[in-house]
Amino acid sequence: MTEIEKRQDRSPVPSAFDYAPAPESREIVTLEDRYGLFIGGEWVEPKSGEYEATISPATEESLAEVAYAGAEDVGVAVESAREAFENGWSDIAPGERAKYLYRIARILQERSREFAVLESLDGGKPIRESRDVDLPLSAAHFFYYAGWADKLEYAFPNRNPKPIGVAGQIIPWNFPLLMLSWKIAPALAAGNTVVLKPAESTPLTALLFCDVVRQAELPPGVVNIVTGDGRAGAELVKHPGVDKVAFTGSTDVGKEIQRAVAGTGKKLTLELGGKAANIIFDDAPLDQAVEGIINGIYFNQGHVCCAGSRLLVQESIYEQVIAKLKRRMGTLRVGDPLDKNTDIGAINSREQLEKIKELVAAGEEEGAEIFQPPCRLPEKGWWFAPTVFTNVAQSYRIAQEEIFGPVLSVLTFRTPDEAVEKANNTPYGLSAGVWTEKGSRILSMAQRLRAGVIWANTYNRFDPASPFGGYKESGFGREGGRHGLEPYMRFE
Amino acid sequence: MRLPVKKTYKLYVGGAFPRSESGRSYEAEGANVARASRKDLRDAVRAAREAFPKWASMTAYNRGQVLYRVAEIMEGRRAQFVELTGDEAEVDAAIDSWVWYAGWADKLAQVLGSSNPVAGPYFNFTVPEPTGVVGVVALEEPVLAGFVARLAPVIVGGNAAVIVASQKRPLAAVTLAEVLATSDVPGGVVNVLTGRKDELCGVLAAHMDVNAVDLSGAGDERGELERLAADNVKRVVSNGDGQSPWHVAAFLELKTVWHPIGV
Amino acid sequence: MAQAPALPGGFELPLEPRLPRIGSVDQVAVEERADSLSRRSIKRESKLFALDLAVRMMDLTTLEGADTPGKVAALCSKAMRPDPSDLTVPPVAAVCIYPNLVPVALERVQGSGVRVASVATAFPSGQSPLEIKVEETVRVAEMGADEIDMVIDRGAFLSGNYAKVYDEVRRVKEACGDAHLKVILETGELGTYDNVRRASLLAIAGGADFIKTSTGKIQPAATLPVTLVMLEAIRDVYEETGRKIGMKPAGGIRHAKQAVQYLVLLHETLGVEWMTPDLFRFGASSLLNDCLLQIRKEKTGRYQSPDYFTID
Repeated sequence: MTEIEKRQDRSPVPSAFDYAPAPESREIVTLEDRYGLFIGGEWVEPKSGEYEATISPATEESLAEVAYAGAEDVGVAVESAREAFENGWSDIAPGERAKYLYRIARILQERSREFAVLESLDGGKPIRESRDVDLPLSAAHFFYYAGWADKLEYAFPNRNPKPIGVAGQIIPWNFPLLMLSWKIAPALAAGNTVVLKPAESTPLTALLFCDVVRQAELPPGVVNIVTGDGRAGAELVKHPGVDKVAFTGSTDVGKEIQRAVAGTGKKLTLELGGKAANIIFDDAPLDQAVEGIINGIYFNQGHVCCAGSRLLVQESIYEQVIAKLKRRMGTLRVGDPLDKNTDIGAINSREQLEKIKELVAAGEEEGAEIFQPPCRLPEKGWWFAPTVFTNVAQSYRIAQEEIFGPVLSVLTFRTPDEAVEKANNTPYGLSAGVWTEKGSRILSMAQRLRAGVIWANTYNRFDPASPFGGYKESGFGREGGRHGLEPYMRFE
Repeated sequence: MRLPVKKTYKLYVGGAFPRSESGRSYEAEGANVARASRKDLRDAVRAAREAFPKWASMTAYNRGQVLYRVAEIMEGRRAQFVELTGDEAEVDAAIDSWVWYAGWADKLAQVLGSSNPVAGPYFNFTVPEPTGVVGVVALEEPVLAGFVARLAPVIVGGNAAVIVASQKRPLAAVTLAEVLATSDVPGGVVNVLTGRKDELCGVLAAHMDVNAVDLSGAGDERGELERLAADNVKRVVSNGDGQSPWHVAAFLELKTVWHPIGV
Repeated sequence: MAQAPALPGGFELPLEPRLPRIGSVDQVAVEERADSLSRRSIKRESKLFALDLAVRMMDLTTLEGADTPGKVAALCSKAMRPDPSDLTVPPVAAVCIYPNLVPVALERVQGSGVRVASVATAFPSGQSPLEIKVEETVRVAEMGADEIDMVIDRGAFLSGNYAKVYDEVRRVKEACGDAHLKVILETGELGTYDNVRRASLLAIAGGADFIKTSTGKIQPAATLPVTLVMLEAIRDVYEETGRKIGMKPAGGIRHAKQAVQYLVLLHETLGVEWMTPDLFRFGASSLLNDCLLQIRKEKTGRYQSPDYFTID
């Protein structure tokens, strides 16, 4: 019998509980060295002859070379989409059209891990988010709209809905595959064909999606993917063969697009930037509200158009909320996007990192107080620690301009009226958050806030059945739900 | 010459395939088929009632996925169904019908529900909800497409079903039950009874724990069954042919909620 | 007898001793947060550390009508030396038993560092007159138990008689003498997370050293969201007063994987300071062997069979 130690009055406390690295394997993804454009169901070389590397923002390694479409390439793609529309897609029985979309949904579910890893590699977002949010929602979007394809007369009774024709779609880099799903699913369900231009820094999941299109046996030309930069987007917007333009991106580019289609008769929807107010009342469940604040601004590194980037906290609980917030920020884990325990991944590009730094510097200059928890950032790659500014005035740039990074600005209010006033005092109007126990107050705030999406006691919730879109300079048109079909239909 | 292994056709209750508690069977389509008793029906209703809360509280998206899976599995067994019905077009229509209804699960609330602009500072909304346990008397024909046409609208909205199959030609229904059992449909959501309609329909129509009945396949006894149904104010549903979200709506209740708007 | 100050409607606790406001808890958000934390991937050396800690934090429990001295003696042997083939596996924190078995347990574990915790106060229902419950506590303390696990009167709580609940905790704490007091809330009977938070703050106000989820006699017992709510209450008390209160989830924790999830929850809510048996315990029985299985799996790389681990 060995000696067993005597009772100690105090058990030793560990100095730390470190989580060992838990990387998701990259093996499931096979990358080509070089990708062409996907037009008419085939891979074709760009007539422009241009290729550029796409970079992993976490390691700065080059992942693959991707074609940059020129004007001629865009033209070929639009023609292919037109051909597919005239000769087949719009005549296929709606029930059969639905089945193609169901196939796509199921294939995305089956290949979900592969896509999630690729998304994190190419864009920098944590694997936990791409695995648990981006992929399930993308598949769900196709599943939801598949169901509408043969039920359009119920969505628009007495309006005799018909497809418009060819849709030109331009998507951003923050949720590449999800934004692709938000665009392609309703367009196809309505009977249109598409030419989609992914963001220049995140083309890879769109290119892998072409393989899903192949597996689903979608007729050639129904979906065309043309990679490239802003020039390809501009060509797509102005091409006379495009009947409808859908754009998600910055407000500045959105305005350019609106100018470009003016007078052409093309239908347009825009989903642009935001500077959402996340409003915490003194009767809110505090620990959960703090989770909501964190989720609102640090989810996806703050690269979210509807991010809760302005915290409006009722003055009577200000100290308490800030203390809890700062402590909670200290448990956020910044690091390798492929590590399953990472909470905050890489900033998507060097350009975006510079923009964030510029605005943060402006914030300090204007007199706001900055707080960042101690963070060990990796050597290579583009990173920014979660940041919160207190002592922010409504007029500061960090309270007015969209930062699109993990930076929160805190302002206070005294009464509900004041909260509404401050929340609405912006040219944007995409989203808002309200935290309170009181039901009538939730509804009153929801009624008065000028924003297209209002989250009460939650934040950043998305569902294919739930319409999403903005007021004012955050854009017009809705994506999701029955209303998301409307922009893709023509009515007699 | 190889002797084929003949199939035993049993009931489908609570996710399992029991024989009738009465031990009886009858001959149909050249096979011995379980002849359900009133006690089997009692058990089926109990199983449906137990399964109902979980099915009703699944997200609509999940329910839609399950119905789509039924179509997937049915497609895999297409040859078997063609043999049973002798009609390829009917089998294709039945499979496509599951796909059609699957797509309604997460859209019903948007088409059938509403927010209502009442004259006062209240938020007022109406949502459809499943009624509970629905009893169905299936048509004698078409044996497969008719069965699916009566069953899918019942369960897509979240109800649980007890369905009395065609008396003369029940094999397609039992084979469909095998598809349901392997398609992620929770046990008890669908219960299929084979046997004599004159022994079963009256019990079903009179059962006090059944919320609604679809008596399409009842024939002459319809009037009497509708009278029995009145004893607990069952919803008596007469959907016509074809497919429609209104067929689903017939098995849904509507709940309206008020809440004041104010600081 | 200690009188709770008259409590105004809405039940805001008195200013002395200072306590955080009760507030409310959002169910959906709490369950989501707990779920998100349960998906942390804890591997290799961090997993071994967590498993070792889980063993050291265990209150190895037997609370059956059929318990005998023989049964408890065997439990104590297991508690002191969980894995005879691997002596690097530490002893557990305590054994948890009924009052009649306290003398047997004390004798067996003497000198080993394993503590003896006894339930008291008409466990598990608590539906007995206060004087009897206090007397039971006094006797158990006199017998020499190191720790006492009491139950709150849920009947009083759910009928709004918070003063009675508070009084009883105060009286039992007094009767404990030197023994540590754990207060069992029986969260499975409380109905809402709001109530769990309220009961937690009430128990702490009454003098609890530890708050504990469950008796283990009903379902649901411990869950991650309930534990999170209780840890947040403890955090608020610490922020407000500097007092460190311990927490014990009990019942329904059978697998090592769950234990690791609880430790992640603890770590991310209260930090490393709470990661010690002085401030966190697991009330469990079959959990121990699953931890031993997992420890050996981590050390050898092979999935294990229960055949190789003694039941007691």
